[in-house]
Amino acid sequence: MSTDNEKFGTLSRRGFMKASAATAAAVAAPTILTSTAHAYVNEPKGGTVTLGFNVPQTGAYADEGADELRAYKLAVKHLNGEGDGGMLNTMTNCVLKGNGVNGKKVAYVTGDTQTKSDAARASAKRMIEKDGAVMITGGSSSGVAIAVQGLCQEAGVIFMAGLTHSNDTTGKDRKKNGFRHFFNTEMSGAALAPILKKEFGTDRTAYHLTADYSWGWSQEGSIKKYTESMGWKTAAAVRTPLGAGDFSQYITPVLNSGADVLVLNHYGKDMVNSLTQAVQFGLRDKQVNGKDFQIVVPLFSRLMAQGAGENIKGIYGSTNWNWSLTDEGSKAFVKSFGAEYGFPPSQAAHTCYVQTLLYANACQMAGTFNPCGVIDALEGFKFDGMGNGPTEYRAADHQCFKDVLVVKGNENPSSQFDLLKIVEVTPRAQVEYAPDMADVAGELGACNPGA
Amino acid sequence: MDAILLQVLNGLDKGGAYALIALGLTLVFGTLGVVNFAHGALFMMGAFVAVSVQNLLTISMKVRDTSITFFEAYKETPYLEVWFGDVGTTIIDYSVPISILIAIPIMLLIGLAMERGLIRHFYKRDHADQILVTFGLAIVLQEIIKANFGANPIPQSAPDIVAGSAAVGALIGAEGIVYPWWRLIYLAFSLVVIGGVFAFLQFTTFGMVVRAGMYDRTMVGLLGINIERRFTIVFGLAAVVAGLAGVMYTPILPPDYHMGMDFLVLSFVVVVVGGMGSLGGAVAAGFLLGILQSFFSMNEVKEILPGIDQIIIYLVAVAILLIRPRGLMGKD
Repeated sequence: MSTDNEKFGTLSRRGFMKASAATAAAVAAPTILTSTAHAYVNEPKGGTVTLGFNVPQTGAYADEGADELRAYKLAVKHLNGEGDGGMLNTMTNCVLKGNGVNGKKVAYVTGDTQTKSDAARASAKRMIEKDGAVMITGGSSSGVAIAVQGLCQEAGVIFMAGLTHSNDTTGKDRKKNGFRHFFNTEMSGAALAPILKKEFGTDRTAYHLTADYSWGWSQEGSIKKYTESMGWKTAAAVRTPLGAGDFSQYITPVLNSGADVLVLNHYGKDMVNSLTQAVQFGLRDKQVNGKDFQIVVPLFSRLMAQGAGENIKGIYGSTNWNWSLTDEGSKAFVKSFGAEYGFPPSQAAHTCYVQTLLYANACQMAGTFNPCGVIDALEGFKFDGMGNGPTEYRAADHQCFKDVLVVKGNENPSSQFDLLKIVEVTPRAQVEYAPDMADVAGELGACNPGA
Repeated sequence: MDAILLQVLNGLDKGGAYALIALGLTLVFGTLGVVNFAHGALFMMGAFVAVSVQNLLTISMKVRDTSITFFEAYKETPYLEVWFGDVGTTIIDYSVPISILIAIPIMLLIGLAMERGLIRHFYKRDHADQILVTFGLAIVLQEIIKANFGANPIPQSAPDIVAGSAAVGALIGAEGIVYPWWRLIYLAFSLVVIGGVFAFLQFTTFGMVVRAGMYDRTMVGLLGINIERRFTIVFGLAAVVAGLAGVMYTPILPPDYHMGMDFLVLSFVVVVVGGMGSLGGAVAAGFLLGILQSFFSMNEVKEILPGIDQIIIYLVAVAILLIRPRGLMGKD
């Protein structure tokens, strides 16, 4: 009896809500009744399609976020046929005409991730539910990317990741609705190791300082794997809290550890601080085991390298892209970006710009914004002319495979932007791995159109 | 053994920084009774005085890099170097010590303006109101700095002569121990400043009146002494101490707009552990927590208790509050 009552109660409440919603919809928007049912969430009905740009606008990565936003705005301009078209002129397999996407003008809304997972999810949710965004993109942290990707999968929209370098984004946390153009720690390890071997030899002992979150663990694992396989030993791998500020208590044990290489698995502010302090502790002037002590920063960012000043000079790392590349795609992008804003784009800006174009192109190819159609178009999509050489969006994990840049802090910069020197362009074949390799295996699941 | 000695040094050095920031905080609380959440922002403003001085000294002659056509890129040579050669280079090299001299009057003015303009209106209000208004002020100051200097850290360097490490171990027969010169200077600097503030309060008439005011403000007022004005000066003094701590810290931690907030929480823990309003307590707690943090960051300790380095300070604070709620040297 009581069950019946509950059932009755539930049904009647739901019925009431349905009725109110129908009435509200009928009163507020009579056109909704004449249109067909939505095939997927946020199906654009008018003359525009809305994209959601979710970037850090406050907090430690605000400058990087601002650069991402500049790139997104530039991409929207190019998609709508304004400006010089940028990489639309150099991208191969491009079906975009510079007249919007699928006949619709591209519009956008923005959110602030604050580089915090909960804030990023909240702003993505707002853009999906309130602003009708059909795709979410951006971010400057793997923690944030994984959180927002999960949300987009549930909500039924596409997530085009911004700057995220942890293997997990397209590894164990990969999702059918999520795509990453940026490279990852596995690729950094594979690309860096041969250079480290050539420069520093095979008889080395490394000491890792690692940011204590998804990306740091991923990077530590990858660098350890590749350096140990070429004969290096690992003295210790110490986890440091994110945003520690003063790293001296973690650097002092390095001095007497017997290690002759310090690997800083830190990004952004942490990298600037730990590197500055490691240099102050005389590590770069030190001789250990009869060899010059070395510091390696596996993931470089030019924006952040500025903060490390002199200390970054001569230090090896890897990067997804640099404005000094001279291929046609990079030149076209640097030209548009430079003309618009007066300075060169960062790697974060590059990946975000490319992601937007790739998404738009996939929609145009699919002839729809339906996530399932877009996913079909993006999976296995091969392209070139976007700054990284021939690239493929691998269907098995939604990770882009392309060449990786090994760089070094420029010892003799010709300008204030000339901070990184490209040491080698590691070919794609050398950094490619199996999608079901241990540590990166995961399930994509099914596509979710949300409706 | 070497490792322990290094961590002792490291702890003292960290402790010096904590004590210096906490000192100003507790001075303001002890005199004005105000919980100043903008104290961290004063530390940050000090650091940005150093950044501004460096920017001024390195105003540069720009030579366009003509190989780049898409935007304007320059190779910059500071005018001081162009005009004065090596002398100019030396002046730029000493930008942090020069900033110290410049920061004193600037921070004093900022402190006085802050107290006269805002904080004094909140003396008679709840601590909650004081916290809200000073926290709000801290955010405003941060955003002003961010709007002008960006969010990325800006590198500052110590003079070349002290940029490297000192072989401190040689003094005690442990050759392997080196420690950065600048950190040793920071430790010495913090000891001198702390000593100076104590001497000022202990051995001058002004200091005596301030101490009397801290003890019984009404009574001192009734004796015809304008205690308000003295407390304003104390606020200015606290701002100078925080600002100098910030200037001196820039070669260790490239400053960014958020550095004050990062230190604020820690310095509050230091003040609470030391005892609210107790100057000696703040200094003792600063050094104590610095040393504890260093020791609990040793790999040997972290192997047994992973992650302990990240929570030890707060664990100690919890323990002290449970066992001795008034703090190490706080009065009931």
